[in-house]
Amino acid sequence: MSRKLNLRERYQRMTRDLAWEPSYQSKSDIYPQMEFEGIKIEDWDKWEDPFRLTMDAYWKYQAEKERKLYSIIDAFAQNNGHLNVTDARYVNALKLFLTGVSPLEYAAHRGFAMVGRQFAGVGTQVACQMQSIDELRHVQTQVHTISHYNKYFNGFHDFRHMHDRVWYLSVPKSFFDDAMSAGPFEFITAISFSFEYVLTNLLFMPFMSGAAFNGDMATVTFGFSAQSDESRHMTLGLEVIKFMAEQHPDNIPIIQKWIDKWFWRGYRLLTLVGMMMDYMLPKKVMSWREAWEIYFEQNGGALFEDLARYGLRMPKYWEQTIEGKDHITHQAWGIFYNYTHAAAFHTWIPDDEELDWLSAKYPDTFDQYYRPRFEYWREQAEAGNRFYNPTLPMLCQTCQIPMGFTEPGNPTTIGFRASDFDGNRYHFCSDGCKDIFDNEPQKFCQSWMPVHQIYQGNCGGATVPDVLNWYHLNFGVDNFDYAQSPDRQHWQQWKGEPAEESDAPDEAA
Amino acid sequence: MADAKNRVYLALQNNEDARPIIEAIEEDNPHAEINHFPAMVKIDAVGKLIVRRETVEEKIGREWDPQEIHVSLVSLSGNVIEDDDEFGVERHN
Repeated sequence: MSRKLNLRERYQRMTRDLAWEPSYQSKSDIYPQMEFEGIKIEDWDKWEDPFRLTMDAYWKYQAEKERKLYSIIDAFAQNNGHLNVTDARYVNALKLFLTGVSPLEYAAHRGFAMVGRQFAGVGTQVACQMQSIDELRHVQTQVHTISHYNKYFNGFHDFRHMHDRVWYLSVPKSFFDDAMSAGPFEFITAISFSFEYVLTNLLFMPFMSGAAFNGDMATVTFGFSAQSDESRHMTLGLEVIKFMAEQHPDNIPIIQKWIDKWFWRGYRLLTLVGMMMDYMLPKKVMSWREAWEIYFEQNGGALFEDLARYGLRMPKYWEQTIEGKDHITHQAWGIFYNYTHAAAFHTWIPDDEELDWLSAKYPDTFDQYYRPRFEYWREQAEAGNRFYNPTLPMLCQTCQIPMGFTEPGNPTTIGFRASDFDGNRYHFCSDGCKDIFDNEPQKFCQSWMPVHQIYQGNCGGATVPDVLNWYHLNFGVDNFDYAQSPDRQHWQQWKGEPAEESDAPDEAA
Repeated sequence: MADAKNRVYLALQNNEDARPIIEAIEEDNPHAEINHFPAMVKIDAVGKLIVRRETVEEKIGREWDPQEIHVSLVSLSGNVIEDDDEFGVERHN
């Protein structure tokens, strides 16, 4: 015991030295999921630990993060921090985030606990188990924020129940269920690499900066606290890809197929985040288009240059996302504007200043394709004809988003694809979603499609109020346009604003 | 930053703990570009970004373990370099 161990040696002690060769059970019985996906691992000791955090250091730094976080959450609650957000419209972005994303943190906690048990290498097991604990921390901190906002705003009251039932929450839910029902190598490629490494910055960085800009310290705090773990998770994702790629050349086509699939699934899921950035933040930090350029085009580009040495290429259909960055958020907001009578958050038409911001940020598309549509809807609303679409939408069988995205190169035609399988026809919003189905039709034909379920009579009844009741959503309170919402009335009372007009609120302070 | 190849970045919270780390990065990485966002500072570079333990210790006047960066790190891009004396990201293609 002459000298202190260095970081690498300390970590080695904690991981490799914990492993042992089993004597009376076969490895394939202990780790039964290691082979069926076709990934070949020849030497688990070649695993390079992405971060060499030993348990004592892990608990120390996590405890410090927790102390900081809870002191801010306490201060936020004690000082009625919700009154300092820019506008009550902002809270609708939070409703979508906290009901859509927070349950995914819990799903990630479960998922990493499961794969941490399945991987046959001890370094990988330790990394997955730490991440599993991280994810549990994330959902707990977010539930505290739900708890605070739930005291003052509608739509937060039964997020767990809603996550399993509400039509648009099936988009994030089915994403994670798809990953968790895959094998361990696909799960970790999907979540650690495609989602955490390639796409998660788009979820947390512009959105949390947006929360800060809109006065929401509670969200900034849980967001950045979660994100500080994310650096480890992202690095795990990169290590997983490199490790699998280096272990056997047969792994490359399998990994590439997963990257193609999960990039496209993540891109569709993040449309909801893009919509929050462009439409739901009263003070905007950057547009979806700008965020996509910084976090996918620049950094994703550099990443795939790195991976080219293994024979991995950019995800299939990435070019469509470059064109799509000018369209998808406007199309998604249009869909939610149509169906906000069936949602647990409110929508609205952006005010003139916001429309001008969108025109400036999307000079090639907004004035031509989207502004006239919003101005027409506003005109109709002012004339007493606020439009709610009475027909349930057709959903994409893969991403489960209503079929509202347009064809690449043709922004006035809705994209539409179909595949026949086992005597039934299935419908898709895009080539990316169709390919995913065609690769695993036995899996995706079983998806729980919210609209199909309503028509089959499995969702509480045949009318919108019946279905919302089954969702545990309060009809006339949680849903409909922001202009008529109790949230808006309360906000005006708290802020001492005049309450008589019911058009889009103006910015007078 | 016209060259898009080999971009790396570190993003840190904009707070008292992170400020000396950001200053140390600026000092040790003259090629880095500092970008301010609400609540967050994103440091971009081509090739490599390094946080040196010694530089941070000079700024804060106490011992500093590079792993303390986890408390204020928001995100990163690149291949991680980590030992007892430095923390960083790099890309060389």
